[in-house]
Amino acid sequence: MIDSTATAALVAENIVKRFGSLEVLKGVSLTATSEDVISIIGASGSGKSTFLRCINFLETPDGGRIVVGGEEIRIKQGRSGPIIGDQAQLSRIRARLGMVFQGFNLWSHMTVLQNVMEGPLVVLRQPRAEVHDRAMDLLAKVGIAEKHDAYPVELSGGQQQRVAIARALCMEPQVLLFDEPTSALDPELVGEVLRVMRDLAAEGRTMIVVTHEMGFAREVSNRVMFLADGLVAEENSPAELFGNPQTERCRRFLASVL
Amino acid sequence: MDFSLLAWGDAGWGDQMARGAVVTLAVAVAAYALGIVIGTGLAAMRLSAIPPLRWIAAIYTTVIRGIPELLVIYLVFFGGGAALRAIAAGMFGYEGYIDLPIFLTGTICIGASAGAYSTEVIRGAVQSVPKGQIEAGIAVGMTKAQRFWRILVPQVARFALPGLGNVWQFTLKDTSLISVIGLVEIMRQAAIAAGSTREPFTFYLVAAILYLGLTSFSNRGFGWAETWANRGVRRS
Ligand SMILES: Nc1ncnc2c1ncn2[C@@H]1O[C@H](COP(=O)(O)OP(=O)(O)OP(=O)(O)O)[C@@H](O)[C@H]1O
Ligand SMILES: [Mg+2]
Repeated sequence: MIDSTATAALVAENIVKRFGSLEVLKGVSLTATSEDVISIIGASGSGKSTFLRCINFLETPDGGRIVVGGEEIRIKQGRSGPIIGDQAQLSRIRARLGMVFQGFNLWSHMTVLQNVMEGPLVVLRQPRAEVHDRAMDLLAKVGIAEKHDAYPVELSGGQQQRVAIARALCMEPQVLLFDEPTSALDPELVGEVLRVMRDLAAEGRTMIVVTHEMGFAREVSNRVMFLADGLVAEENSPAELFGNPQTERCRRFLASVL
Repeated sequence: MDFSLLAWGDAGWGDQMARGAVVTLAVAVAAYALGIVIGTGLAAMRLSAIPPLRWIAAIYTTVIRGIPELLVIYLVFFGGGAALRAIAAGMFGYEGYIDLPIFLTGTICIGASAGAYSTEVIRGAVQSVPKGQIEAGIAVGMTKAQRFWRILVPQVARFALPGLGNVWQFTLKDTSLISVIGLVEIMRQAAIAAGSTREPFTFYLVAAILYLGLTSFSNRGFGWAETWANRGVRRS
């Protein structure tokens, strides 16, 4: 156990999160080794986004711990529960976790290229020429290089999400976190984003993907986690989980979405 | 109308009116800068999680916006002057008459009101910035200061500029109120010239033209600033 925590790309252990009296996560754990692609599925409101946001402390968990590449995010006890223990360390760890949001969240006052270059320049303080070349390569890879001078508002949702993926990749993160990356897209634009994500999985990127796309979860991930009522109700290989669900909850959920 | 009245030098009032315009512009710029500083601070207080800070800011904006500006000027000038004289008499035994420096007093009074109005503008602008913009900064590992300067300020500027342009416009016009405490800006200078030449209409017309020149010139400046700040916003 100690060993796997030290070597895994990402360990979330017993994460608890409450909003007021509502306990959204009641002890959720996940271990991702390098090159894992883990899909998190579950009904709306089951706590999927909250769990993902606890991983990079967009929400501070009320219990449990997060270990990224062997380094545990430091917390200390505040008056009403755990609080961030070391801002500088947390920033450093966040820089190693790329996040892609449901609503893209591209910075609207920056061009596509500026969006992709911002993190490496400002957070990692890498040389501009080097960042520029890498950013252009990544934009080419997600198929959007010719739009590098456009502002986000001039792009379709699918294009914006591909830029957001390039922005995350430009930080050269160890783990990529996706929160329903295709849920805000028109159906005809979902495919182009999923294609990029399949390529990333095929390259051996470590990815945690909250998704409603059961096809993606089944075909691309090597593990699927089913969340219900703030707990991991079932976790298995996609073949097992989709082909032979063990719990009634999971069976009913799959019946409702497939 | 007799245009020789506006000659430069001893013969006319042209140079005095021009100097008045410079004083108007100087008070306006100083008061506006003070107003933005006050407005930023109070907006931060109004959005703070600490209730007493929110109350103080709310009381300030309510009081300043609820009192005629002329009255604020009188209260500060006469109240401040009386306080200063009491201090001078009590602590140094000085019995003479002291007034507050009028430029400074005027700047503070007009700046106080510009601050109250820009508080609301800036607060609204901060609230218009979508939460996801900041979260994307957090997720990439930006520090608080980086998020503030790289994301919040440019986006707040975009939403606040139209409102702040309005605040500038009436700050500029409100400087005319400081003429009551004797600052020789456009309004006061026009009154002096009007009195001594018995041509009030001519000089008040000149004053109007000067104000109009200053406001339309600065409107253009704000127009440019808005275009720049709105890059990346869909044009309708
Ligand atoms: N900031 C918050 N304050 C209060 N309650 C919250 C907050 N964020 C989430 N919740 C609540 O926590 C629960 C879990 O929300 P979460 O967004 O994690 O669900 P989800 O599984 O991602 O759902 P969906 O599939 O709809 O995205 C919901 O009941 C939600 O209302
Ligand atoms: Mg969600």
